[in-house]
Amino acid sequence: MYSYDQYDQQMVDARVAEFRDQAHRRLEGKLTEDQFKPLRLMNGLYLQLHAYMLRVAIPYGTLNSRQMTALGDIADKYDRGYGHFTTRQNLQYNWIKLEDAADILADLAKVEMHAIQTSGNCIRNISSDHFAGAAADELVDPRPYAELLRQWSSFHPEFTYLPRKFKIAVIAAEKDRAAMRLHDIGIQIIEKDGEQGGEIGARFYVGGGMGRTPMIAPMIRDFVPLDQLITYSEACLRVYNRYGRRDNKYKARIKILVHELGAEEYTRQVEQEFAHMLDQGVEPPREELERIKPFFDDPAFEDGAKHVDRSDPDFALWVDRNTHRHKHDSYVSAVISLKPVGGIPGDATGEQIRIMARLAKQYSFDELRIMHTQNVVLPHVKIEDLHALWTALDAADLGAPNMDSIEDMIACPGLDYCALANARSIPLAQRISEKFDASGKTEKLGELKLKISGCINACGHHHAGHIGILGVDRKGVENYQLSLGGSEAEDTSLAKITGPGFTEDGVIEAVEKVTDVYLDAREDGERFLDTYRRIGMAPFKEALYD
Amino acid sequence: MKILTGNDLKSGAVIWWDGENWSLHVDAAADVGIHGEEILAREEALRRVNVPYIIDGEATADGVRPAHIKDRVRALGPTVRPDLTIKPLNAQALDWII
Repeated sequence: MYSYDQYDQQMVDARVAEFRDQAHRRLEGKLTEDQFKPLRLMNGLYLQLHAYMLRVAIPYGTLNSRQMTALGDIADKYDRGYGHFTTRQNLQYNWIKLEDAADILADLAKVEMHAIQTSGNCIRNISSDHFAGAAADELVDPRPYAELLRQWSSFHPEFTYLPRKFKIAVIAAEKDRAAMRLHDIGIQIIEKDGEQGGEIGARFYVGGGMGRTPMIAPMIRDFVPLDQLITYSEACLRVYNRYGRRDNKYKARIKILVHELGAEEYTRQVEQEFAHMLDQGVEPPREELERIKPFFDDPAFEDGAKHVDRSDPDFALWVDRNTHRHKHDSYVSAVISLKPVGGIPGDATGEQIRIMARLAKQYSFDELRIMHTQNVVLPHVKIEDLHALWTALDAADLGAPNMDSIEDMIACPGLDYCALANARSIPLAQRISEKFDASGKTEKLGELKLKISGCINACGHHHAGHIGILGVDRKGVENYQLSLGGSEAEDTSLAKITGPGFTEDGVIEAVEKVTDVYLDAREDGERFLDTYRRIGMAPFKEALYD
Repeated sequence: MKILTGNDLKSGAVIWWDGENWSLHVDAAADVGIHGEEILAREEALRRVNVPYIIDGEATADGVRPAHIKDRVRALGPTVRPDLTIKPLNAQALDWII
């Protein structure tokens, strides 16, 4: 994986020193909160319901065991013994003291990490496929391109004060595991003209997003040569920066601009800007990409067993559920579920974080990935090591066999932690996982992606859930809207609201009812989403409201 | 009743105006009547508290209760982690939040 050069390290160290001074001045009363707030946000420090919250960037979700260990140590040293993995492939600490914040950033900098651009109206952490560099179905490893974009977007002076925050995802497979088309820019690395040997380039989707106005990004360019990747990205940003709605926060995202201009007109303007920029020297030299690529070279894979001993049914279930096909047939990618039955989605204790770090070192060439579904991946695990890995995970309460099941739900922090939330998300997640685990229906349901947000900002991706739940405030009381039919995969779709909302108890019952409709109506091989798309909303509404 | 709340500048902890100082306990919250804005201006100038604001509260037999659910959650801590609330040993402490 990528390792800082002297410039990266100098930039991060300088930012720590700068923030230490800013925080000191705030604590001494020399800065008002109005003056300090934009400075702390530029360093990922929010003020949430109960305390300051620090969001740590994990570029494209990739980190090594040393970094993971540091995250666990920070949880114990400065927080309350745990961290929360987020839908942006980041990690958040919920109980940070302002007087500790600079020390935490210094500890992060020692392991080549930071919290820069995890807030504010700038280009945020680049996200990517959590199986990047390991998946059997990818064209190339997308992370060198994500890293190039990270370097370009870090401290980019033109894009530090955009109309609104800006999120970019990069993938390199037909299967979308990064919700690419629900990003401001989604970049798919593709091969032109056939398989193997064709020219590699980038397909651009621009203007997607969730939040209060969900939109699926239209494709605006089928192929951008790799030596124009940054220039084209910059052209997309430049048009947005020029015309994005700075007058209205709720209309300031690029999706609104693309929608209001129309994809065709937005594309025309981008192409015009792009043509103008081509001879301006914006593109980094190709040598930089070539310098980055070796950091992501394959580790030294070895041939070994191709199959596991399935005599232990619990282990076999975990293998079936929580492993993903690897490009080397003696390996798999193993998903560590942070969704134990009744647990808090995405939370891990400091000790669990360190255990995952140790297991990564022992079994996965020192690499981990954070999934946007709030789980952790060991990308390169030898098939013959799987039982030992699973045994260690299970002992640490990290062995839940539930990937992509209803128990593997996304849930934002909700009203238990978040200052923006209107309703709690986590208790719903806990009760639903307990209910479906107890009834044994989880296995019958197969792939079913449940996503829960505590407010319209949609950090829990409810628009993209096969079943989505949105918490709202109805006259001071929590209420929940149910929606069906969303997908953040390559068949991207936005969920539709079923009808009037429910109480907390009511929405849990409603989830059960819609799964019953599915089980009654499904045909062979259909997922919940497939059945919904075939039979439509009516049977579900009938079950819910008649 | 009108009560004042905010977050402690150093720790970020939720705090309540008790009439003379800031307290971690909502039950200590004082009814500031019509003087809320005046107290907020003074306290903000002293920079001991972050983004303080005035909310509606109710004096009950069990203590002061913020009117809105968000401030009730703030008053004790996350409902999903009783061990991290300000009353970790009182299993009933969270009963009035929702």
